[in-house]
Amino acid sequence: MKAMLFGFVAIAVIAVGADFTLDQMGWSAQEQGASPSNVRLD
Amino acid sequence: MRDVRKIILGCIMAVLAFMFLMSWMTPGSVNAQEATTVAPEAEIDRSATGGATTLEDIMRRQQGLPVDNDYRAENVGNPESAAGLSEQLGTLGGASDPDLWRGMRFNAADVTTQVRGPAAEVLIQDRGMWWLQFREGPLLTYGGYLLLGTLGFLALFYLIRGRVRIDGEKTGRRIERFKNFERFGHWLLAGSFILLGITGLVSLMGRKFLIPAFGHEAYAWLATGSKWIHNNVSWAFMLALVMIFVMWVIHNFPDKTDLKWLAKGGGLFGGGHPPAKKFNAGQKLIFWSTIVLGVSISVSGLSLLFPFELPLFAKTFAILNTTGLPEMLGFGVLPETMTPHEEMQYAQLWHAIVSFVLMAIILAHIYIGSIGMEGAFDAMGNGMVEEQWAKEHHSLWVEEVKQREGKAPSGATPAE
Repeated sequence: MKAMLFGFVAIAVIAVGADFTLDQMGWSAQEQGASPSNVRLD
Repeated sequence: MRDVRKIILGCIMAVLAFMFLMSWMTPGSVNAQEATTVAPEAEIDRSATGGATTLEDIMRRQQGLPVDNDYRAENVGNPESAAGLSEQLGTLGGASDPDLWRGMRFNAADVTTQVRGPAAEVLIQDRGMWWLQFREGPLLTYGGYLLLGTLGFLALFYLIRGRVRIDGEKTGRRIERFKNFERFGHWLLAGSFILLGITGLVSLMGRKFLIPAFGHEAYAWLATGSKWIHNNVSWAFMLALVMIFVMWVIHNFPDKTDLKWLAKGGGLFGGGHPPAKKFNAGQKLIFWSTIVLGVSISVSGLSLLFPFELPLFAKTFAILNTTGLPEMLGFGVLPETMTPHEEMQYAQLWHAIVSFVLMAIILAHIYIGSIGMEGAFDAMGNGMVEEQWAKEHHSLWVEEVKQREGKAPSGATPAE
């Protein structure tokens, strides 16, 4: 059953990693859809 | 007794198929009746209105019948012949407000915006309602019926057929069926697919079923979480899909044993266990369904994940139109030019339809790999299967293992 648990843990790790990586690469909705001249709250 | 079971099963399947067909055909027959009360589109005479909208156009639109908007879409004036800025006292043709409005309405206006992306310049998306109605209507309804019908069929099958037991006496010896790495790939795919299936259904059906039950605020949290999981877990699914393809494709090419296996119905209804290699014909069908449908879901999913970056359907439809197949099947000529939003709409529908089909197949796979067959879960649980189970369901594979590793398979362990 270890393989199953490792598989499930890997899903979580890949998901968090994908979210972080895509955001860092400029693929957030804000980066893609908003103009640099838009007012941003962050 | 076995014949009676076959007849009962056949009747149930026939009734389900008939009900599905009838429910599919009913809305079409209603529309056909309504169509007889309105003049066909080609006969509409617009001379009395000077080419503008007539009562017939309004009637057709009210009844949900197709209206050719070309007579309006092409009438967006000619800005080059417009009066100069200092001379524009009133509507002077080339730059009139109605012309400008129609230009925006039919995406013909010259729009500039600081918002980025191809969709930003489409101010009014003309082709969204049919998608919304299809998404909230047939897609949700028949997709739901498919999943519930599959669960119902499996429950009936279990009640009629019962669990597939190991027929012979158990040997107490175990054979390694799948290595750790193979099982890791399987569970990576399985876990991600279940998460994607549940979160996809939350997104598709939440408005209809979850908001009435839990309210808008609770659903807002659930929908936001579901979207995050669906978008990001998709990468695990795609990685696992590549893994299982590389690991198992060599064992999944069709061969002669598959025909014998299929002819005997896999031995599910008696008549002995047909011989099979590492994967039997049923498992091969599951494998290729997962690969083909999984790749299709992944591609349409990527198109949705990176909106407007990977348009698929205008090009695909253009290729299909050259074959003449859509017209032959009664779909007419498929649209070859689309707004960016329309591309996304087709991607969403395709993504959902193919996912529903794969979910139904995987429900059957989960059934036979767990409660449906004694000893089957061990193959993916700890990787070791009872030798008697292996001999009954994968006899040729057991012979291969024994030939490869001498008299007894090295993975075999004596009974306690």
